[in-house]
Amino acid sequence: MSSDAISSAAKRNNSFAHVEAAGWGRGLSTLLRITRMCLRHSFQVSVAIGATIVAAVLQLTIPVLLGTAVDQTQVVLEGGNAGAAAESALWLTAMSLLFVSIFRGVFTLLQNYFGESVGHHIGYELRLACYEKIQRQSFSFHDSIHSGDLITTGMLDIEGVRMYFSTALIRVVLLAILIGVGAYLLISTDVVLGLLALSFVPFVAWRSSVTQLRLRATWLELQNRLSVLTRVMEENLGGIRVVRAFAAQAYEMTKFDVASKRALTLAYERVGIRVRNTSAMTFSFFAAMGLVLWVGGNKVIAEEISVGTLASFLTFMTILQMPVRQLGMMVNSFARASTCGSRLFSLLDLDIQVKDAPDAQKLEVTEGTLRFDNVDFAYPNAPERPALKHISFEGRKGETIGIVGPPGSGKSTIAHLIPRFYDTTGGSITIDGQDISKATLASLRQAVAVVQQDSFLFTTTIENNIAYGDPWAKEHRIERASEFAQLHNYVLGLPSQYGTVVGERGVSLSGGQRQRLSIARTLMLRPAVMVFDDSTAAIDAATEQRIRSAMKRFAKDRVTIIVAHRLSSLMHADQILFVEDGEIVERGTHEELLAKGGRYKALYDLQIRPGDDMLEDTTEQANKEAED
Amino acid sequence: MAEELETERNDVREDGRRPPRAVVGSTRVEEEMFGKVFDGKVVRRIWNFVSPYKSKVYLAVGAVLVFTGTQLVIPLIIRYAIDNGMTPGNVDHSALMWAGIAFAIAILINFAASFVQENTVGQVAENVLFDIRRSMFGHLQKVSLSFMDKTEVGRLMSRLQGDVNSMQEFLETSVLSIGDIVLLFGIVFVMLWLDFRLGLLTLSVLPILFIVRIFWLPRARKAFMRAHETNSLTNGALAEGIHGVRAVQSMDRQQVNFQLFDDKAHQNLKTHLIASRYAQVMVPIVDTLTGMAMAVVVVVGGSMVLNNSLDVGVMVAFLFYIQRFFDPIRSLTMQYSVMQRAMASGQRLTEVLDVDLDITDKPDAKVLSPQMDGSVEFQNVTFGYNPGQPVLKDVNFKVNPGETVALVGPTGSGKSSAMALVHRFYDVQEGRVLVGGHDVRDLTQESLGHQVAMVLQEPFLFTGTVFENIRYQKRDATLDDVIEAAKAVGAHDFIMDLAEGYDTELGERGGNLSLGQRQLISFARALVADAKILVLDEATANIDSYTEMLIQKALIRLLEGRTGLVIAHRLATIRGADRIIVLQNGQLIETGNHDQLMAQGGLYSKLYNLNYASFDDIPDDALEAAAQGNYAT
Repeated sequence: MSSDAISSAAKRNNSFAHVEAAGWGRGLSTLLRITRMCLRHSFQVSVAIGATIVAAVLQLTIPVLLGTAVDQTQVVLEGGNAGAAAESALWLTAMSLLFVSIFRGVFTLLQNYFGESVGHHIGYELRLACYEKIQRQSFSFHDSIHSGDLITTGMLDIEGVRMYFSTALIRVVLLAILIGVGAYLLISTDVVLGLLALSFVPFVAWRSSVTQLRLRATWLELQNRLSVLTRVMEENLGGIRVVRAFAAQAYEMTKFDVASKRALTLAYERVGIRVRNTSAMTFSFFAAMGLVLWVGGNKVIAEEISVGTLASFLTFMTILQMPVRQLGMMVNSFARASTCGSRLFSLLDLDIQVKDAPDAQKLEVTEGTLRFDNVDFAYPNAPERPALKHISFEGRKGETIGIVGPPGSGKSTIAHLIPRFYDTTGGSITIDGQDISKATLASLRQAVAVVQQDSFLFTTTIENNIAYGDPWAKEHRIERASEFAQLHNYVLGLPSQYGTVVGERGVSLSGGQRQRLSIARTLMLRPAVMVFDDSTAAIDAATEQRIRSAMKRFAKDRVTIIVAHRLSSLMHADQILFVEDGEIVERGTHEELLAKGGRYKALYDLQIRPGDDMLEDTTEQANKEAED
Repeated sequence: MAEELETERNDVREDGRRPPRAVVGSTRVEEEMFGKVFDGKVVRRIWNFVSPYKSKVYLAVGAVLVFTGTQLVIPLIIRYAIDNGMTPGNVDHSALMWAGIAFAIAILINFAASFVQENTVGQVAENVLFDIRRSMFGHLQKVSLSFMDKTEVGRLMSRLQGDVNSMQEFLETSVLSIGDIVLLFGIVFVMLWLDFRLGLLTLSVLPILFIVRIFWLPRARKAFMRAHETNSLTNGALAEGIHGVRAVQSMDRQQVNFQLFDDKAHQNLKTHLIASRYAQVMVPIVDTLTGMAMAVVVVVGGSMVLNNSLDVGVMVAFLFYIQRFFDPIRSLTMQYSVMQRAMASGQRLTEVLDVDLDITDKPDAKVLSPQMDGSVEFQNVTFGYNPGQPVLKDVNFKVNPGETVALVGPTGSGKSSAMALVHRFYDVQEGRVLVGGHDVRDLTQESLGHQVAMVLQEPFLFTGTVFENIRYQKRDATLDDVIEAAKAVGAHDFIMDLAEGYDTELGERGGNLSLGQRQLISFARALVADAKILVLDEATANIDSYTEMLIQKALIRLLEGRTGLVIAHRLATIRGADRIIVLQNGQLIETGNHDQLMAQGGLYSKLYNLNYASFDDIPDDALEAAAQGNYAT
C-alpha cells in the first residue's frame, strides 16, 4: 500500500472520530446532532448552501426575463419603432436567458452533488461507527437484541439520517428563497395578482405535508404487515416437509391469504391517500393559474399590466409548483431523520459493558494456571436469579477439566466467563494469578479460545475460515490444524479443496463438519486455555475419539476445558465437575465419580446402558461373541 | 507441533498491510440485475396476470390519454386568451371569458383524469403484485419436494419479494410512460402545428439531448450499478459482522475487521460519489438545452412577432411547452432501466412458475377413509432421487395394523427415503406403496396426509402460540384436547413453566425452546392429529440425556393404538419395536424382532454387539467390518 493510501486511510479513521465528537448532546434533539455532524464537512456544506441560494435566485430571474422578452415584442405595436433596436433587445434577453439557464444548471449541479456528498460522508462515518460499536459490544447486549433490528439500524436508519442534509436541510433553504424572494417580486409588481399566484402555496404545502406524514405512518404499518407475510412465506418454505406431512397446504394458503389481504388493504388505502392528494394539489395549482389568467387578462385589457408581466407570473407559478409540492417530502425527511437518528444514536451511545479496565495490563501467561475462586454470576437480564454460585476450581497446564450437568445448569456459562464474554458478579477468575478483569481484552482473548456451540462460518474459503483468528498464518499450519480436527481428508475431497467457499453463500457443511472447522480455527490460536463449549455434539463418537487422540499432544501445553452432555466426550478428563443449578455438586475423576454412585453415575447409566436391565445377559453374551 | 502452531499474532502490520487472508463479507453480488429490454415470453406471462384487470387497464390508459390531453391544451388556452382577448387594439372580453370557461373545464377534466389514472394504475399494480405472489406461493405448495430440496429458501424468498416488487414498479411506470410518449409527441405536434418553422427550430435541441443521453446512459448505469453493488457488499459485511459477532470476538478479529470494513465502506462512498456525479451532470446539460430552446423562441419567435408573422400568444405557449418537453425524455430513459430490471425479474419468476408438478392427485383419486385398517405395505419398491441411482431396490415389507416397526440401518441405507414414500413425498419408480390397502398414487394427497402423521428429525415449529402449534393440523382441536396431548407426551410441565403457558408466543422456529422441548411439542402435534399411521424419524444428536428420557416415554404413548414406522437410532427404541427391518444399501436384508435377529447373527446382531447407545455412534471402520462380515456369512 502506498504512503498516499495510508494517509488517506488515516484520514478516514479520523473522520470516524467526528461521529464520536459530534455526539453526547443528550439534551439537544437528534436533528441538531445530525446537523452538527453535517456541519463538520464545512467546505461541502457551504458550497452546497451557497450554490442553492445562487441557483434559486437564477431560477427566479427566468420568468422575469421571459416576461421582458414578451414585452419587447409588443413594443413595436405600441411605439412603432421597429427594427434593429428591438431585435438587439431580443438578442440581449435571449443571451441572458441562455446564460442564466447554464449557470442555474451548474449551480444546481453543485447544490445536488455537494448536498449528496455531505450525506454520503456522514453515512460513511455512521456506518463505521455502527460497525465498530456492534463488533465491540458485549455478549449480553447481543443476547438481548434481535440481530434483524441491528441490521435495520445499520442499513435503513443510516439511510434515513444520510438523506437528511440533501432532502431536508437544503430544501428548506431552497424553498425559503423561492417563496420569499418570489413573493417579494410578485407582490411588489402587483399585489392582487401576486397574492393570487401564491394562493395555491399554503394549501399545497399543508396538503402535501399532512399526506406525507400519513403516508409515512401507513408505510411503517405496511412494513409490519409485510413482515408478517414474509414470515408466513419463509416458515412455510423452510418447514415445507412439515406442511406436507400434515397435508396443511390449504391451511397455509389461508394463512398466506389473511396476511396478504391485510397488506393489500393497506396498500390500497395508501394508493388512495396518495392519489387524492396529488389530484387535489394539481387542481388547486391550476385553479390558481386560471384565476391569475382571468384577473391578469382583465388587467392587461385595462392596461394595468403588460402581457409580458402576465406571462412571467404564469411561468413563475410553474417554477414554484414542484418545490412546493415536494414540501411534504421535506417534512417527511425531517420526521424520518429524527426517528432513524434517535435509534441510531441510542445504539452508538450505549456503553459497552465488558471492556478494558482503566488500569488494564497485558496478560502475561507463564505457568498457564487457570483458577476460579468462589465465582458468582447472574445474567444482566435476570440479576435476581444467579446462574452460578461459588464456583471454584483450578486447572494447570496439561490438565483437562470436564464440565457436565443437566441443561440450564450453568455449565456453558462457566465456559463463557473465562474469555470475559460476561463479567463475573462475585469472586474472581485468574490466569497465573492475574485477575482477568484487570487484563486487556485483547491479551486475554489471545490466551483463551472457545470453540462455541454454534459454529458460525464466514462466507469465504475454508482456508480463510481456519485462519480467521490468525490471518497471517502459513499454509502448512492451516493444514495441520485441519488434520488435528479430522477435517483435512474431507476438505481434500472438495472440488476446490481449501479454496472452497463455505458459509451462507457457499457450500453448506453438515453440523459435524462445521464443528470440526470451528475446532480447527480455534487450534490456530494456540491459546493457554482452550475451551470446548458443547462443541462436539454433532460430531460422531468415532471422529470425536480421533480428534481427542490427535489433540493429546496439543493439550499438553495448555489447560483444556470440555463442556459436554455426552459423557464419552469428557470421561478421560483429569477432573470432572458435575454442575447442577449453578453449583458444583460432584467433582473427581471418572472412576471416583462412578464409585461415588451419585448423579454422575446416574447419568452414566442413562447414557451408556439405556433401556431395561433385563437384556443384560444378552449384552454380556454378545460381548463374549465380539471377543471371539 | 508446538513450534508449528506457534506464531506471532500481529493483525495489522506497521506498514499498514492488511492480512492477506482476511476478508469481511463476500466479494461478489449474486444476481443479474438487468435483463433484455424486451422478452416476449416474459411479457406474455405477465400479461396473464394483468388480463383479469384488463378493463381497468384500458380505463387507466384512457385516463392517461385524457390527462395528457389537458396538459397539452392548457398552454393553448392561454395562447387563445392572449391573442384573442388581450392584444392591444383587439380587446375582446368575451374571448377572455370563453378562455376562462375552457380553462375551468380543462382543469376539472384534468382533475378527474388524474384521479382515475393514478388510482386505477396504483390498484391494478398492487393487485397484480399480490396475485403473482399468491400464484407463486400456491405453486410452491404443490411442486415436488425434490425441487424444494435443492432450492434455498432465501432464493425463493427473493423471488417472492424483490422480483415481484420490480414487476409492480414496471407495471406502474409503464402505463405512465404511455402518457409520456403521448405528451412528447403531442408537444412536438402542437408546436409544429402552431408554427412549423419556429417549431422545427426549437425542437432541434431535442436530438442533442437524445444523443447525449445515449452516450451517457451506459456509463451512468454502470456507475449506478457499481454503487448498488458496493452498497449490498457493505451491508452484507455488516450483516456478517452482526451474525458472527461472537465468533469475531472470541478470535479477537475486531481490529482487522474494522479496517477491512472501512475499506468496503470507503469503496462504497467512492462509488456513490461517482454515481452522484453521473446523475447530476445531466442537470446543466438539460438546463443549457432548455436555455437554448428559450433563446431560439425569444430571438426567432420574437422577431416574427415584431414582423407580425406570429401571434404573441403562440410565443408564450412555446415558452410553456419548452419547460415541459424534457420531462418525458427523462422519464422514458428511466423507464428503459425499469424495463430491463423487470425482464430479469420476470425471467426468474417464470422459472419458478414453470416448475413442473410431478406429484398430483389423479382425476379419480379416492379419499382415504379414517376407517381404513392402517396397514402399510411396500411391494417391490424401487426408488431413487435420480433415476439410475436407486436408493431403494426392490423392497418388500408389510406393517400390520397397530404394529410398530423399526427401520434400522447405516447412514445412506434408504431409511428416510422409505419413510418419505409412505407419505408420497416422491413417487416410486417401480412397485407400489400401499396404505390401508390402496396405492398411495390412487389417493388424494390431502386425505393421505390426514391419516399419516409424521414426526421429522428436525422439529420445525411455526411462529405463533404453543397452542396453535400443537393443533397445527386439527384446526378445531380445543384447548383441552391440546393439554391432554401435551400431558400424554410429557410436555405439559415445561409448557406451564413458560411465561404464558399455552399462549406463549414461540420465537422464530421455536427459538426460545430447547431442541428436546421442540421435539416434545412436535410429538404432541402428531398426537393431536390423531392419524392411524405414525411415521417418525427419531432425532439423532444434540439432545441431552434428561430430555431423551422424556422423549422415550412419550414415544411409547404416541405409538399406542397406531401403526408405527420408526426410523430408529436409539437401541432402546429399537428394542421396544414389535419388529425390526434392517436396510443396507437400499435393500432389505433382515427382518424380525430383536431376539430373532440376535439369534440370526446377521448385521443387526453385529451392530448391536458393538454396544453403542446409538447406531449412529458406530465408527465407520467398525461398521464396515460388520457389514463385510455380513456378506461373508
